Amino acid sequence: MRLEPKPAPSLAATLLYPAGAILATLVLAALLVLAAGADPLSVLALVAKGAAGSQFALLETLTRATPLIFTGLAVAVAFRARLWNIGAEAQLYAGAIITVVLGTGVLPLPSYILIPVIMIVAVIAGGLLLLGPAILKTRFGVDEVVTTLLLNFVVVLFVSMLLEGVLKDPMGLGWPQSQKVIADAQLPRIVQGKRLHYGFVLALAAAVGVWIVMKRTALGFEMRAVGHNPEAARFAGIQVNRVLMKTALMSGGLAALAGFSEVAGLKGNLTLDLSPGYGYSGIVVAMLAMLNPLGVVLAAIFVAGIFVGADAMSRSAGVPSYIANVMVATALLTMVVAILLSRYRLRWR
Amino acid sequence: MEALDILFTATFWAAAIRIASPLIFATMGELICERAGVLNLGIEGIMTAGAFAGWFTVYSGGDLWTGVLVAALAGAMFGLLHATLTVPLGLSQHVVGIGVTLLATSLTYFTYRLALPEVTSPPKIEPFAPLPIPGLKDIPILGEALFSQTPLTYLAFLTVAVVAWVLYRTPLGLAVRAVGENPSAVEAQGISVTAMRMGAVMVGSALMAVGGAFLTMSAFNSFFFEMINGRGWICIALVVFGSWRPGKALIGAILFAAFDAYQVRLQQISGGLVPYQVFLMMPYLLSILALVLVARRATYPRALMIPYQKGER
Repeated sequence: MRLEPKPAPSLAATLLYPAGAILATLVLAALLVLAAGADPLSVLALVAKGAAGSQFALLETLTRATPLIFTGLAVAVAFRARLWNIGAEAQLYAGAIITVVLGTGVLPLPSYILIPVIMIVAVIAGGLLLLGPAILKTRFGVDEVVTTLLLNFVVVLFVSMLLEGVLKDPMGLGWPQSQKVIADAQLPRIVQGKRLHYGFVLALAAAVGVWIVMKRTALGFEMRAVGHNPEAARFAGIQVNRVLMKTALMSGGLAALAGFSEVAGLKGNLTLDLSPGYGYSGIVVAMLAMLNPLGVVLAAIFVAGIFVGADAMSRSAGVPSYIANVMVATALLTMVVAILLSRYRLRWR
Repeated sequence: MEALDILFTATFWAAAIRIASPLIFATMGELICERAGVLNLGIEGIMTAGAFAGWFTVYSGGDLWTGVLVAALAGAMFGLLHATLTVPLGLSQHVVGIGVTLLATSLTYFTYRLALPEVTSPPKIEPFAPLPIPGLKDIPILGEALFSQTPLTYLAFLTVAVVAWVLYRTPLGLAVRAVGENPSAVEAQGISVTAMRMGAVMVGSALMAVGGAFLTMSAFNSFFFEMINGRGWICIALVVFGSWRPGKALIGAILFAAFDAYQVRLQQISGGLVPYQVFLMMPYLLSILALVLVARRATYPRALMIPYQKGER
């Protein structure tokens, strides 16, 4: 079997294959529903209804999409330069720790200064957390996939230590949770009485910002060049290692904003279940978006919809909500195949 | 002094060997994949699937060895998926590997919830019992540490010997190593690079799954969520640490396990002076440190992570 590049793929083909990937994902989901002894069509309808069937559902999906936009952007930026950041989960928690440390009353600042200060420090913390593996990669040749993966476990244990130690809420009845951030450190809600908060607007702004950096700046060009072919980039006079450092700071910083926005916008405090794997789902989001920053927004809303919809469906139809995780993982694998098939022709020989 | 005395007790080394066993299986599995040129990041998920498949087979009435076999088959199936996407299709081994881990993990959790909807505490099985080897078990220290383990631990050590023998002493092993170093030369010999690599990934994945099954069928007696807890990623570090050689990787796994067993005991001695999380972080930090130490002189299989297309160089 061989792969032959297709001449410039038509727009129809570029859309047809990803649509096929989504269809394949739905077929697998339907099979799992059958295995669970339920009716696939009605269950999938329940998922869709739970994700977008009402104002409540829609707002809930956008709320869930917010951290996924940030982690999706973090992964998209890093993967574009072929820096394999699988540690968005850890960087998310770094941002959340900073938000709680600075947001619980130590800084007597008005809200419009306090929130930017927290954001900047969170971004620096997340960036530095990825800078470590990036330096190990460039200086010692240590594969960043393994180091970022292992750091996820270290950081989660560190959070657990903080929550049972210095950051423990004295009024928390023994639960491992931090104090709530003060009102001035909180992001306001977009609709009064609903959970959607201004973190979502920040996420959209971040997506546009990343898009501008990637498409319109020298740094963005250099990142793409390094990702495309590091040797050629070096030959063209690009300082590859320095570009990778900048990429690491940007990617880690974006992931940290996910943690900031979850604490300051939604939860109010830090707990060990702040992120149900948003860092890992960010990889799926970035790949579904084909690493396009604006596509990340759509992909994040799609993935969030699956999670929110499956949660709602699971409560009424009794199919385990883990079906959402299966669908998301399947979508990742079918999408990379679809992208390949839209660019190459398979020849059997 | 107390802290040092531990190192000279047989129970300590018995624990270290027990902790090492699942790592040995999975490290050998990853080593085979990487020797053939394929980085298999599906390892964490495949171990999860193996842990569940083996345990569930026994829970449903199968015997223990059938459970091991079912786990291996489940692993091989995910290996086939990984290999199909990364070898003939040549897709990114990073992305596919993470995808396989996410898929295997979520499918496992889905199946668990489906099969056992109402359980609050994980149901137990009767796991492998220790099988002291007559004669050898009476050797001081070594007898209790090495020769009073469960059959699966002996199988782990046997696996290392078999993998080393096949890799270095048989034509098949030569071909596997060659597709990881210089695939076009192998193709010129009339051997299919695609078939070799896919076979290696499937066999390697089966071993990873047996490593997972060790946890539910020998070390513990039930399956619970997140029980693999990064062991797969640690095995990837162990392969690098062992310079892609079975013997060295085995020593690495035992050293690592000894350290892990030691930190648990230090934790008890320290009496809460140091937060227990610090001790739990050690294995992961140690893995990173090990990678840094060996990275400079690591000689990767030259074709690792490079997809092969017939007729291309």
